[in-house]
Amino acid sequence: MSNTAAAPGENYLNCSKGVWSWLATLDHKRIGIMYLYTVLFFFLVGGIFAMLVRLELMAPGQTIMTADQYNKAFTYHGVMMVFMVVIPMIPAALGNFILPMQLGAKDVAFPRLNLLSYYVFIVGAAVAVGTLFLGGVDTGWTFYTPYSSKSSGAVTVALLGVFIIGFSSILTGLNFMVTVHKLRAPGQTWARLPLFIWALYATSIIQVLATPVIAITVLLLVFERVFGVGIFDPNLGGDPVLFQHFFWFYSHPAVYIMALPAMGVVSEVIPVFSRKPIFGYKAMAFAIFGIALVAFLVWGHHMFVSGQSEMANFIFSLLTMFVAVPTGIKVFGWVATMYKGSIQLKAPMLYAMGFIFIFTIGGLTGVFLATLATDVHLTDTYFVVAHFHYVMVGGTLFGFLAGLHHWFPKMFGRMYNEASARISWVFIFLGFNITFFPQFILGAQGMPRRYYDYLPHFESLNRVSTVGSWLIALGFIWCAIYLWRSRKSGPQAGENPWEAMTLEWESQSPPTHHNFEHQPRVTHGPYDYGLVSKEA
Amino acid sequence: METQHTSGALPITASDIAASWNPLYDFLIGISLFFFVIVIGAMVYFTIRYHSSKKEKPDPIQDNHALELAWTVIPTILVLIIFAWGYIVYRDMVTVPSDAIEIRVIGKQWLWNFQYPNGEIRTNELYAPVNQPVKLIMTSEDVLHSFFIPGMRVKKDVVPGAYSTLWFEANMEGKFQVYCAEYCGAAHSGMLADLYVLDEANWNRFLQGRKLTIQTDALTKTAASAGTTSSGEATSGSPRPTLVEQGKLLTKTKGCIACHSDDGSQRVGPSYKGLFQSERTMADGSKVIADENYIRESIEYPQKQLVKGYPPTMPTFKGIIKEEELNAIIAYIKSVKE
Repeated sequence: MSNTAAAPGENYLNCSKGVWSWLATLDHKRIGIMYLYTVLFFFLVGGIFAMLVRLELMAPGQTIMTADQYNKAFTYHGVMMVFMVVIPMIPAALGNFILPMQLGAKDVAFPRLNLLSYYVFIVGAAVAVGTLFLGGVDTGWTFYTPYSSKSSGAVTVALLGVFIIGFSSILTGLNFMVTVHKLRAPGQTWARLPLFIWALYATSIIQVLATPVIAITVLLLVFERVFGVGIFDPNLGGDPVLFQHFFWFYSHPAVYIMALPAMGVVSEVIPVFSRKPIFGYKAMAFAIFGIALVAFLVWGHHMFVSGQSEMANFIFSLLTMFVAVPTGIKVFGWVATMYKGSIQLKAPMLYAMGFIFIFTIGGLTGVFLATLATDVHLTDTYFVVAHFHYVMVGGTLFGFLAGLHHWFPKMFGRMYNEASARISWVFIFLGFNITFFPQFILGAQGMPRRYYDYLPHFESLNRVSTVGSWLIALGFIWCAIYLWRSRKSGPQAGENPWEAMTLEWESQSPPTHHNFEHQPRVTHGPYDYGLVSKEA
Repeated sequence: METQHTSGALPITASDIAASWNPLYDFLIGISLFFFVIVIGAMVYFTIRYHSSKKEKPDPIQDNHALELAWTVIPTILVLIIFAWGYIVYRDMVTVPSDAIEIRVIGKQWLWNFQYPNGEIRTNELYAPVNQPVKLIMTSEDVLHSFFIPGMRVKKDVVPGAYSTLWFEANMEGKFQVYCAEYCGAAHSGMLADLYVLDEANWNRFLQGRKLTIQTDALTKTAASAGTTSSGEATSGSPRPTLVEQGKLLTKTKGCIACHSDDGSQRVGPSYKGLFQSERTMADGSKVIADENYIRESIEYPQKQLVKGYPPTMPTFKGIIKEEELNAIIAYIKSVKE
């Protein structure tokens, strides 16, 4: 093993130049950065659709667009945010960069496969988004049959896009699993694995096991649309509810593909900024797998009013309740980690605490939807819209922002501006709650989701929600500006600005092409703050 | 007449089941507030109390097994209680009283047709008596819809090619909102209906086709001009046949009675007499209860589940018989009892 020592000042960003050196790179860090920019681009576009949707809903009746345009806007918002932003956001962007480094490895196990999965993602995303120019899709991101069997427009092409993106997800999952098994640094036992790695590992298992199901499902739907094979359309002898079973068999675990990596990030950030070991490491790790396991057994809770049998409803409601237990263990564990710590309210910590605040609301309102009687009234209303935005946006997005600020110094070698970060946090946090909390009340009062128009008594809360969305947008614009500027002009970060104990901080910032000058060795747990003295 | 929408942060409570739903919802709100305050309160308190400006040296506490056990076991017990409570209320929501008045519902992009026992079809106007259970037997002509009455806290998807049921018993008179809650295309948010809960006198007037003593919106006209044709609509002058009478007539005009008797006598196919809810033995030996969905399937896809001892000769009526006609035929078959 011969690491050619990097020249002083050389790092993965400047070690080779030119567009081709990026497009053909096998470096997990560069692939991570490419994912990051790609995901942020789709986040911008998906966010613009969200703003348009909220603007339309600011007042009853037609406000800025027709019903057909509105239906397409929320469909693209959903498809892009789910498949191109929230699912890949943490694993593919942050995970690609950080996972090998936390393992003390030079790269992932299969660097070429890693690049391939990026391009598969790009092709799939381009196909799916390209449907905008083929007349658009108005089925909602759930593609429920038989509406999607009959709907004109580019549904077939969009489904193929989702099908292709799925392979990217499977390949990344596979790559991560092998990397975790084979490339851990000497001394890094399973019990010394950072929880971010545990979370990505569990996520990878779900990606590899569940994604094929959505692939098969969309392919069946394509067969139905193109060849008229009756699978889901009752006019062809199919069963529309079957589609929902297939769809949620993937898409419920997919919720945990979104949530688990964010939980992993939070588990990294809170010990570092509390200067304390994570509370109950083992329970935290087991809880991740508890959630991953239960994820596969609860898909039917999306279908309590679909007409599935009462027995199925009974079982799915009961099983869903058990999601609350490991989730509770994690939330309590994070808060307990802060107890008697020495807390530094830096941006990563603020976002991690924002995550706990918002995810707790998302989790508790999930119990309303797991409970049979309450779900009957609340399902398919704005209560559900609010709930999953609290879980996905509040959860994954806040986790992502915590991670982005946490690892920004490592990625770019520069510090972001702390005061700017606090300002944008306030806007995003307040804006988020102002946008989505009123939607719980709207839903409880009976306003159904995916409504272009609504009755007058829903107007005032909808207006509040729309104003909130502007605050979120301002927060993100400000965040984009200061991060973009800091990555070149911020103060030098140094190797380990947060004095963290996981391996990625043992490399220089930004890391060299091969990450580490010497093979790191692990002699303690990832969060042994105050237990072992850290040697410089 | 004004629609009664909300009371506070919830819809109006217009049935006993809705009244039993509210405490469960309130309990969940209470539990949620409790845990929210504990978690967020602790988080905020720790942030202030143990801020690095006040506490420089952290105490490296790693775990506390008693605490961990507590926050595993207590939530487990709580969610099991919540599950049980939710199931108990839910069971009442889906257990239809046997004396319920049956109204048949057909959803289509983007309106609701209600087919009453008296043979009348109303668009986007659901009439129901107060303090009597009403069962809706629902299907769709095109895509998925979902029938949602917030005031009753009930909702059920309306699926093409099958019947789903929903029931409610209003405990107050008035006008209530019905929504379509499953995305169904361009005018999804306009697929609304009004539920008029009538006192006994007005309900009887309604069944007899007489003018009601309350003011209702004339939505029927709008829908008629939108191109709805109602096979059961009475022609002027002659009294309207009831739904069962319409069904009986259809079994003649569609040629059903050549093979199916209504008096138990054997023809090419099974008799209608006593058919509904009876247990049928299929050609493959399996047993099936002849419910609404079974009868529907036997008309649309006769060979799919063939009763033992009968030849597979019946032609498919899929696409030949309209949903409204199918409803009438099934109502008739159900009426031919032992």
